[in-house]
Amino acid sequence: MSNKEIFRMLEKDAKLTPEQIAAMTGSSVAEVSHVIKQAEDDRAIIKYKALINWDKVGNEHVWALVEVKITPQREVGFDAIAERIYKFDEARTVYLMSGTYDLAVVVEGRTMREVAEFVTHKLAPIEGVTGTVSHFVLRRYKEDGEIFDAKEESKRQAVIL
Amino acid sequence: MTTIRPVSPSGKPIISQRVNSIAPSGIRKFFDLLASMKDVISLGVGEPDYTTPWNIREAAIYSLERGRTMYTSNLGMPELRRELSRHLEQRCGLHYDPDDELLITVGVSEALDLAMRATIDPGDEVIMGAPCYVAYPASVILSSGTPVIIPTYESDCFEIDSSKVEATVTANSKAILSGYPANPTGAVLPREKMLQIADVARRHDLLVMSDEIYSQLVYGIEHTCFASLPGMQERTILLGGFSKAYAMTGWRIGYAAGPREIIAAMTKIHQHTIMCAPTMAQIAALEALRDSSGSVEEMVADYNHRRQMFVKGLRDIGLSCFEPKGAFYAFPNISITGMNSETFAEKLLAEEKVAAVPGTAFGECGEDYVRCCYATSVPELEEALVRIKHFVDKHR
Repeated sequence: MSNKEIFRMLEKDAKLTPEQIAAMTGSSVAEVSHVIKQAEDDRAIIKYKALINWDKVGNEHVWALVEVKITPQREVGFDAIAERIYKFDEARTVYLMSGTYDLAVVVEGRTMREVAEFVTHKLAPIEGVTGTVSHFVLRRYKEDGEIFDAKEESKRQAVIL
Repeated sequence: MTTIRPVSPSGKPIISQRVNSIAPSGIRKFFDLLASMKDVISLGVGEPDYTTPWNIREAAIYSLERGRTMYTSNLGMPELRRELSRHLEQRCGLHYDPDDELLITVGVSEALDLAMRATIDPGDEVIMGAPCYVAYPASVILSSGTPVIIPTYESDCFEIDSSKVEATVTANSKAILSGYPANPTGAVLPREKMLQIADVARRHDLLVMSDEIYSQLVYGIEHTCFASLPGMQERTILLGGFSKAYAMTGWRIGYAAGPREIIAAMTKIHQHTIMCAPTMAQIAALEALRDSSGSVEEMVADYNHRRQMFVKGLRDIGLSCFEPKGAFYAFPNISITGMNSETFAEKLLAEEKVAAVPGTAFGECGEDYVRCCYATSVPELEEALVRIKHFVDKHR
C-alpha cells in the first residue's frame, strides 16, 4: 500500500474509515490512521466536505466565473492581489491562469444581485485589478468528477456464470 | 410453455444426442428462486459493475451517426487487427500477423467454440482443470470431443498440476484447455507451472487453447501469456476479449490469435455462421485498445480494493478462502456449515437474500465452495458480509 493510494481513495470517498481503507488495501488500521493523521497535520489533506446538489434541496445558489485582469506587482507578482481576492468568502475558487486574463474566480452568492455587488463593490475596485468579465453559471452538470443528474442505470442479470 | 417431446411421432429423436449429452444445469431451482425475489444482493454475476468507459461508447455512437453499419471483413476490421497486433506485442511480446493470425469474434465465447470446432474430431480428448467455466466442457462436447477433467484443489491454490495432466494423456489427447486467471476460483497459474504444462504439451504434441479473458485483471502478480512461453506460440490458440477489462460484456467482442492454419480454419466456420463480429462493437474495441489504459488501471485498482476487503471479510467470518490473484471472484469454502454448496446457496438466498453461485455449477470438484463476485459496490459487499456472517453463525 502506498500513501498515495490512501489519498486517492479518500479523494473519491471522504467517508471511508481507516478500518475500511485498511481492509481494502491489506494494511493495518494503525498504519492507515497514522498516514491520515500525518497528512491532516501537514495539510496534505485539507478538508473533508460533501458535494451538494443545491437544486435538490430547493435552495437557490448563484455562481459566476469571473475573469480578472490584474497588473502584477514588483516582488510579489500576482500573489498579493490574488490573496486579497481569495480571502473573501464569496470567492469560492481562485486560479492563476495563462491566456487572455490572469485570475479565474468562481464567486458564489444567494442571488445574482449579491454576486454582482461583490464583483462591483469588492473585487473590481481592488488596486491592481484592471478589469473583470463575469459569466453567470446557468447550470452545473458536473463538478469534481461527479455528474449531478446521473441518468445511467445498471441492469445486470442477477446470475451470470 | 410448449414442451417438446423427446421423440417425433415416428419415433425419431428430436434433439441431437450431442446436445442431449450436455448435462442440464443442476442449479435451475436456484435460478428460479432468485428470479422470484426482490432486494437481493447478488454476488452471482460474472461481469464488471462498471459501464463501458465513455470514450468507447462515444466512438461507437459516432460510428453509427456516420453510418458505419455494414459488414466488415470476415476476419474483422483491418485497423482493429493491426491495433490488436500492436497491443499483443506490447503486452505479451508476441507478434501476430494482422493479416492472417488474428480473428475478431463475437466475444471470447465464439472464439472458444471456433477453436474447438476447427481442431477437434469425434473422440478427441481435451484436457482441462476444474472447477472451470461452464462452457469449457460443453464446447468440447458440442465438437464431438471428450472433455477430460482434472480436479484442482484449494490446497494447491487451484493450480493444475502438470504431472496429473501427463497422467491423463492418451493416444486420443488433442489439446489442453487452460483458463487462467480462472473463473470461478480467481486462481492465476504461476509461470513455473505454465512452463511444466508447456513441456507436457510439447512432448505429447498437444495444442493449447488458452482463454485469457481475465488477463488484465490480476493483482500483485504478472500475467504470463501462454503463447509467450518458449515454443508455445506455434501450438497455442490465444483466446481473448474486451468484456472484462474494458467492461464491455454486452458488446460481445473478442478475438483469437494463433497459427495461420488454425485461424484460417476457424475463419471458415466463422464466415459460414457469423459473417463478422458486429461492426459497432469492433469500432468500440478499436477505441478501447487505442485509448483506455487509464480507465482499465483505475478499474483494476478498484477491484483490488474490493478483493482484499471481501476476502478478509470472508476469513473474519471463519470461512476458509483461497486468495484469488485474478478475475473478480472469491471462492470460499463453506464446509464448516455442514451444507453442500447448493443447499448453502439456496438457503443463503432464502434466509439472507444474498445470491452466490454454488461451486458445483463449475464441476463436481466445486462441491463445498460458492463463487462470489466482488465486482459490486463496497457498501453492498459490506452488507453481504454482514448477512453471510449472520447465516454462517446460525448454521455452523
